[in-house]
Amino acid sequence: MLFLKNTMKKILYYILSIMVLLTFTCSGKIKKIKIAGSTTVLPIIQAAAEEYVNLHPDTDISVRGGGSSIGILSIINQIIDIGSASRPVNKQEIEMLKNKNRDLIETAIALDAISIIIHPENPVENLTLVQLQKIYSGQIENWLALGGKDQKLVVISRDTPSGSFAVFNEIVLEQKKVRSDALMLASNNAVATNVAVTPGAIGYVGIGYVNEQVKLISISGIKPETESIMNRAYPLTRELFMYTLASTRSLAQEFIDYLLAEQGQQIVEKQGYIRIKPAGLRQ
Amino acid sequence: MNNFKELSFKTVTYIASLFTIVVLLGIIFSIFLGGTPVFQYVSLTKFLSSPSWHPTHDPPDFGILSLIIGSLLVTAGALVISIPLGLGSAIYISEIASQRVREILKPIIELLAGIPSVVYGLFGMAFLSPFLIRIFKIPTGLNIFSASIILGLMVVPIISSLSEDALSSVPKSLREASLALGANKWETIIRIVVPAAKAGIISSIILGFGRAVGETMVVLMVAGGAAQIPSNIFQPVRPMPATIAAEMGETVIGSPHFYALYGIAIILFVITFISILITEFIVMRKKR
Repeated sequence: MLFLKNTMKKILYYILSIMVLLTFTCSGKIKKIKIAGSTTVLPIIQAAAEEYVNLHPDTDISVRGGGSSIGILSIINQIIDIGSASRPVNKQEIEMLKNKNRDLIETAIALDAISIIIHPENPVENLTLVQLQKIYSGQIENWLALGGKDQKLVVISRDTPSGSFAVFNEIVLEQKKVRSDALMLASNNAVATNVAVTPGAIGYVGIGYVNEQVKLISISGIKPETESIMNRAYPLTRELFMYTLASTRSLAQEFIDYLLAEQGQQIVEKQGYIRIKPAGLRQ
Repeated sequence: MNNFKELSFKTVTYIASLFTIVVLLGIIFSIFLGGTPVFQYVSLTKFLSSPSWHPTHDPPDFGILSLIIGSLLVTAGALVISIPLGLGSAIYISEIASQRVREILKPIIELLAGIPSVVYGLFGMAFLSPFLIRIFKIPTGLNIFSASIILGLMVVPIISSLSEDALSSVPKSLREASLALGANKWETIIRIVVPAAKAGIISSIILGFGRAVGETMVVLMVAGGAAQIPSNIFQPVRPMPATIAAEMGETVIGSPHFYALYGIAIILFVITFISILITEFIVMRKKR
């Protein structure tokens, strides 16, 4: 009984001390920045937000995923301060902005390359955009036609609402529909994991998700590397955007400036993405 | 005073049951409210009969036939696995096992029901899928077959425990009469006990069907997600719940795509609703 009482007391102390700590950390924060959007941009923002809050203890940043469409929609509806997206705004969104008489400011903060990955035992090293289109639209069924082994293709794509899917479809598929037997997976990680265990697989992920268990291939002889991405030679290069409203900018702008500065760009690099500004250049 | 207590207790329980009904009606109402606008963009027959699901293409295709077929195939596969396992274990626990074995076995099977579905999904994706590729030399391990196995395992405890209840409630006198007439244990179980518990067993299977057809996480992770009408069981499919779960999060509210996802929810609701109605009907007929 006594023992129980003591443990209860201990637990109570822990809870109390945690609560006290929480109130200390929460108090005094007046400025709040709410960010939501692309899961591709999420790791950059999370890391940068941590650093930024360390530098500016009077600021509180809340970061949420949800996807590019949610990010853009939320900023249009003024629910958040910054919307992140892995694709530019589309026609309907521009229409919506016009109706609401609002202006979005678009800032590219990092570069990403949609990287084509295959199983490590697959001998294929290089594909062209035309071949990729044929693979994803269903005109090629076997690796033999691509200079590989006699093996059935397993085409892996991202789920339809993802920003990666939108960009990939626009550049690679143009107006064609993705083949109906393609595996549609919900995340970059799911694509990488499944390519790693499936011998005939081909898939695409953000460059930050390429690991040793999969084989990265080049497109028309160009590999997605820092240089080829920065000078946009790699055809599946895309910009990662932060969107703000022209009317409510100031605080959000400070955070975006921080991302564009040398320190922010170093965070971009550390997270496995490519900086949008060359090293050493200050804004 | 006692009267007041009784009245207040009555009121509290009444409000509790009323609350459940209100929530249920609210959910039904909101699904239909959210789903019906899709028929401004696509006719009901086309929605149900076209296998082409390209919701973000320009112009979009909203045909869910391949999704319905995907759901039904995966569920059928799950039942093929779970009915023999569930019924078999129910018969063993209820009729054959000794008291001690029963006390160990029953909670273990029920424990299967306590494993979170995402853990089942992870098991299917990380272990079962690469295993199947190696064993069967198939191109991908995310397919109808693997999703059926995982879903089947999830449904086993439902069929097992409900069937076991039904078997245990068969009067002892029936068994004794059968044995007295010279039937052996096997004949008694198959000819007397199981037919007497038929209604309970069938409703357990239908409930298992309802569980499998609505299960989301497992099919999202293991079924592969390809919106196609498959030609064999080693091909990926995109069941209805997986489609809603994968796409709802990133779909703009109020877009045709959003309404189409609600439209899928209506179809899914109708299917599970009918399965529950059938169960109720069987149980009611048995009572008469």
